[in-house]
Amino acid sequence: MPKLTVDGIEVEVEAGATVLQACEEAGKEIPRFCYHERLSIAGNCRMCLVEMERAPKPVASCAMPAADGMVIKTDSDLVKKARNGVMEFLLINHPLDCPICDQGGECDLQDQAMAYGFDASRYAEKKRAVKDKELGPIVKTIMTRCIHCTRCVRFSEEVAGVGTMGAVYRGEDTEVGPYIEASINSELSGNLVDLCPVGALTSKPYAFTARPWELKKTDSVDVMDAVGSNIRIDARTGEVMRVLPRTHEDINEEWISDKTRYAIDGLKRQRLDRPYVRVNGKLQPASWDEAFAAIKAKVAGLDGKKIAAIAGDTVDCESMTALKDLMGKLGSANLDCRQDGSKIGGPRASYIFNSTIAGIDEADACLIVGANVRAEAPIINSRLRKRWRSTAGDFKVGIIGEKWDPTYKNDYLGAGPDTLSEILEGKNDFAKVLEAAEKPMIIVGMGALNREDGDAVLAATRAIAEKYGMVAGEWNGFNVLHTAASRVGGLDLGFVPGEGGLATNDILDGAAKGDVEVVYLLGADEIDTSKLEKAFVIYQGAMGDAGAQAADVILPGAAYTEKNGTYVNTEGRAQQGWRAIFPLGDAREDWAIVRALSGALDMTLPYNNIDAVRARMVELSPTFTSLNVPTKAEWSDFGKAGDMKPEGFVSPVRNFYMTDPISRASVTMAKCTEAFVKDAAAEKVA
Amino acid sequence: MSHVRRPAPKELQPTSFAFTPENLEKANKIIAKYPEGRQQSAVMPLLDLAQRQTEGNWVPTVAMDYIADMLEMPAIRVYEVATFYTMYNLAPVGKNFIQVCTTTPCWLRGSGDVVDTCKKELGIDVGETTEDGQFTMIEVECLGACVNAPMMQINDDYYEDLTADTTKAILDALKKGEKPKAGPQSGRKGCEPIDGPKVLKAFCGCGAAPQDADASEGDA
Repeated sequence: MPKLTVDGIEVEVEAGATVLQACEEAGKEIPRFCYHERLSIAGNCRMCLVEMERAPKPVASCAMPAADGMVIKTDSDLVKKARNGVMEFLLINHPLDCPICDQGGECDLQDQAMAYGFDASRYAEKKRAVKDKELGPIVKTIMTRCIHCTRCVRFSEEVAGVGTMGAVYRGEDTEVGPYIEASINSELSGNLVDLCPVGALTSKPYAFTARPWELKKTDSVDVMDAVGSNIRIDARTGEVMRVLPRTHEDINEEWISDKTRYAIDGLKRQRLDRPYVRVNGKLQPASWDEAFAAIKAKVAGLDGKKIAAIAGDTVDCESMTALKDLMGKLGSANLDCRQDGSKIGGPRASYIFNSTIAGIDEADACLIVGANVRAEAPIINSRLRKRWRSTAGDFKVGIIGEKWDPTYKNDYLGAGPDTLSEILEGKNDFAKVLEAAEKPMIIVGMGALNREDGDAVLAATRAIAEKYGMVAGEWNGFNVLHTAASRVGGLDLGFVPGEGGLATNDILDGAAKGDVEVVYLLGADEIDTSKLEKAFVIYQGAMGDAGAQAADVILPGAAYTEKNGTYVNTEGRAQQGWRAIFPLGDAREDWAIVRALSGALDMTLPYNNIDAVRARMVELSPTFTSLNVPTKAEWSDFGKAGDMKPEGFVSPVRNFYMTDPISRASVTMAKCTEAFVKDAAAEKVA
Repeated sequence: MSHVRRPAPKELQPTSFAFTPENLEKANKIIAKYPEGRQQSAVMPLLDLAQRQTEGNWVPTVAMDYIADMLEMPAIRVYEVATFYTMYNLAPVGKNFIQVCTTTPCWLRGSGDVVDTCKKELGIDVGETTEDGQFTMIEVECLGACVNAPMMQINDDYYEDLTADTTKAILDALKKGEKPKAGPQSGRKGCEPIDGPKVLKAFCGCGAAPQDADASEGDA
């Protein structure tokens, strides 16, 4: 542990730390462009120069390892002069277009030029101009602004795992980009916009729409996948302008996927902003009272067995709690939060990502079963890639299911249950890898569990976990990867069929037969709505997607940006997001709609504010007693051993960019689909 | 700015590339020089091999992709190397690729005349190729033969101690399909002072070449 002195302050840092980190430890701010905590060190911007005693010239603190007895000065005249010089050189070729630059107001170069810049340029020669690169529908480039920090190059190589960006040519002629025109085919490309310290890479969908100081910033949680990435929603005058990542070391570090970032433009299209009631086969606008009256006319006096509820993929726990309680009052046990019909919901350890996402950093082997992690949870895939890189390739990954490109080295083992059995019987080579591993893990995707034989697959994966010591002591490497933000929350709350109740597929079949007369869809759109023609369908949600089209009564709900909500991610970690803007038009927060409906049905639910609903959630599940903690689950018996069908596992996510009503309505996601998904299809053919 | 390096337009880019069997053997030998797991270090000699193999003395993009595949590295890493080093031509050049040094020492010793002579004799400007595809001329920075300034490099050979006349003579010979003698054109053997040796005269016999000098001449 080296001890050094920074500006007279003695600090002790971990071995291997850099001088820059030591300076930060001492509370000194070091300007930088190329240095980034999560990327390799490049040391090419020279902005972080500091004075080191007994060194002949200023040293780049980001690339200098901290050593015992160093004496560092960060505020001497020499340092100031050196940084001024660096800044002057950086500005030689940087255009003076801040007023029309989207980075303006949150630009590192702009900020640091205030501290180290000269008020006028001494440079009379011609400035260079660089041709812009076409990087696809997400990243907009103005390459003349590039200062060659190479953060984007390192990110795409190290984190995203797509070697698209590079620094080509040399000297004054250097250009950062792909050499030959190529889009960045990565689910994480939006992070390049955050990484770029200047305005060279900016957001295409957000271009010229807002300035950072106009935006109201609200902390929230992403619902586009089950990772629960922490996000910040930036809104202006009742409109969500953009979504940015919030740092959470144990979940998303500081990255978010492109869907998380850019699907929000879907919130401006196909919205449900007022109640509707179907009259003579056509949906007519109605008032809340009319909508509730229509429901009451149908539901009042109806046997609870004829009523069912399905919760969708992006709903919050508050509304599921309210609906569960309402169904209880209606005397119905037919409720399900697994609209994909997956066979999960036993003991808690059987449906969460037990090792936690951060636990991947300790694992030494990973078996992925029926999950296309890159499409289902890009953030977790980048974590796996990070682990693979940090172990210099010793982290062995085996894949069972479809073939997909994880961006790191892997062994493709087979397509389906047969391979799973081979592993279990130790006949596969990968079994030896698992045997040798100290902390092996298994990731079971919905592609393996949403089948008829899901129970048997679950039992087989449990047997593998037990056989190869994936559950030992503190370590639990049995992980289920969900695709829906609401799923774990729903399971924890018990939004599953009660005694004698029907599960999703039975509800749909019952509705088709006429046994189930009323189906309450809480944001559920990914079901076969053609089976609902006979039933009276209540759709509550924010988006006019498949569910709303099949509805007899539409209750307009709030999107995730428009309500305070609790979500439980695939790790079983409960997190709360805050309302960034108010719901559209007549729409209301979802739990409040259910509460109001309960009043109209004369079976008022016992809560009047969100805190009371949350108190009820705590009663239902200990998950909600403490936020942001992935509570450990007891290991117990689950799954039903049985015959598995030979068909291969198929990931439920066919198109990463469009998985839910919001992303299906998004223009940006449509553009990405066109740009990338077709490419991928063509690749498969070739 | 002279001669901006950019990849050849799509129309000129071939659609496929593979080493000839002889070159493949050479490539494998080169790769074998590097330790296991460090094969990527072979990227520069392989690019050179590809350039020599390609008609027009250049590295097409497909060749870079081919090498990237061969060395199991992302294509962009190969592009970075190929674009960084000016010895790799990114677009086809003439059969005689003339690089005239115009850095200060050569310029002081009259590289302007050499450039002008090339322009006049070949009818092309800096960075251009003659219509018959025989000559491409570019200006380059120091090629490290300042003692024999001014100089130019034609393909793999250095022509030094140039004047307008000797430049013309070289170009004329090349036009006829001959290969003019490489090295200093002034009569001196190597990089000794232009008006004869100043030191160690006893060893070299003041002009009468000693027996040893003959032996070393071949290496020069």
